[in-house]
Amino acid sequence: MHYHWNWRIYWQQSPDGSGTYLHTLFVGLGWTLALALLAWAIALLLGIVVGVIRTTPLRWLERIGNAYVELFRNIPLLVQMFLWYFVMPELVPTALGDWIKQMPPPWGAFVPAVLCLGTFTSARVAEQVRAGINSLSRGQGMAGTALGLTLPQTYRYVLLPMALRIIVPPLGSEFLNIIKNSAVALTINVVELTASARAMQEYSFQVFEAFTAATVIYLLVNLVVVLLMRLIERKIAVPGLIGPSGGPAPAGH
Amino acid sequence: MIEIKDISKWYGTFQVLTQCSTRVSKGEVVVVCGPSGSGKSTLIKCVNGLEPFQKGEIRVDGISVGDPKTNLPKLRARIGMVFQNFELFPHMTVSQNLTLAQVKVLGRSQEAALAKGMALLDRVGLKAQADKHPGNLSGGQQQRVAIARALCMDPIAMLFDEPTSALDPEMINEVLDVMVQLAQEGMTMMCVTHEMGFARRVAHRVIFMDHGSIVEDATKDDFFGKPRSERAQQFLSKILHH
Repeated sequence: MHYHWNWRIYWQQSPDGSGTYLHTLFVGLGWTLALALLAWAIALLLGIVVGVIRTTPLRWLERIGNAYVELFRNIPLLVQMFLWYFVMPELVPTALGDWIKQMPPPWGAFVPAVLCLGTFTSARVAEQVRAGINSLSRGQGMAGTALGLTLPQTYRYVLLPMALRIIVPPLGSEFLNIIKNSAVALTINVVELTASARAMQEYSFQVFEAFTAATVIYLLVNLVVVLLMRLIERKIAVPGLIGPSGGPAPAGH
Repeated sequence: MIEIKDISKWYGTFQVLTQCSTRVSKGEVVVVCGPSGSGKSTLIKCVNGLEPFQKGEIRVDGISVGDPKTNLPKLRARIGMVFQNFELFPHMTVSQNLTLAQVKVLGRSQEAALAKGMALLDRVGLKAQADKHPGNLSGGQQQRVAIARALCMDPIAMLFDEPTSALDPEMINEVLDVMVQLAQEGMTMMCVTHEMGFARRVAHRVIFMDHGSIVEDATKDDFFGKPRSERAQQFLSKILHH
């Protein structure tokens, strides 16, 4: 293999005139994080709402929730990305569609990418929220109801605080997924971390250095997330319940 | 106080309650017993509308439970309920369990709710446990907290759904003592239980259910003296002779 290794490439100027290659990579990382965090906010919000309505006694609400989850869960992320970018502006009212298409770069691609990743992940979050609520005993909801709490209050104060605690570990995995899945946004021209690495490779022909950097950065970011999730798990553990540092065993039996 | 008239309930095509009628007057303690699967828990859950029923009428303090126009959360807030598996909220401390519904449902201030909660916690002998989580209490302690939580709402009646069935034998009495005290103070109570000792001590009437029907509805003395139905006699001989 005739490959000219050059680990100092990161400190060389990129021909796009914005600074060093390292700078290019970090700008890409910035877009990756912005994309992942904004999409995560949407995913959590929609996921909790949809997960909750799938457990309510109202049958028609449950059906709407089920349809939502199956729609976003069963179409490849890449296809959804194209649908949001190419098809969605054509389907909405013309004025809105034109406004979307005229958004200056990078927003014209970034906004559809956020919406796509957010809704895609929300279906998965909804599935976990539903499973978390259903894992609680039926008596918990009854106890809240019997005290006079309304259905929304029972969810807010009784069911969701426990259900969300239970699903923190799988939610952590979803957050790791959203960071990794954000790379798909490069297909609609969002210059996130993977796209930046590819740009570096194309300008400098240093393919190994470019993707080594991307790999290490993804790995470090995700390790930080893993550590943060562990901290959160410890912080919200319920004393007396089984789990990481859930406190001493129950008294009695 | 509680009037149950011709209640029938089906799960799909399976009938779980058949034309059950009874009443609990103010200050009365009624014990509901019967073999498992006889519908006694289902009946008591119909009283505060936790279980819907298809036929008949239940009135609590004159308000119809089955009427769609009834504000059920408001009615439920006036009826205390204690469950077999305690159902304390595990993520909250004991004092948070006691104050939640007082604040959110009755609109009491946090201070007033806490004062009320601590007074009732003291009454069930658990004042020292106020800041613990339910998971760190024994079953008997949890059930006493659950009774205190129900009492915090100043209920006009209390429903008990097998309150001692999930407890170790040595913890049953600490819960029964609280219930006896409550009965002696004149609380209106409807208790699903197999504790015949409790029934003998404080019940005014005993209801015996089998296969979704009320087979026997008698005063305590009649029930223990000479139950009229053969089924109730069999049941009593089985649970009293061991």
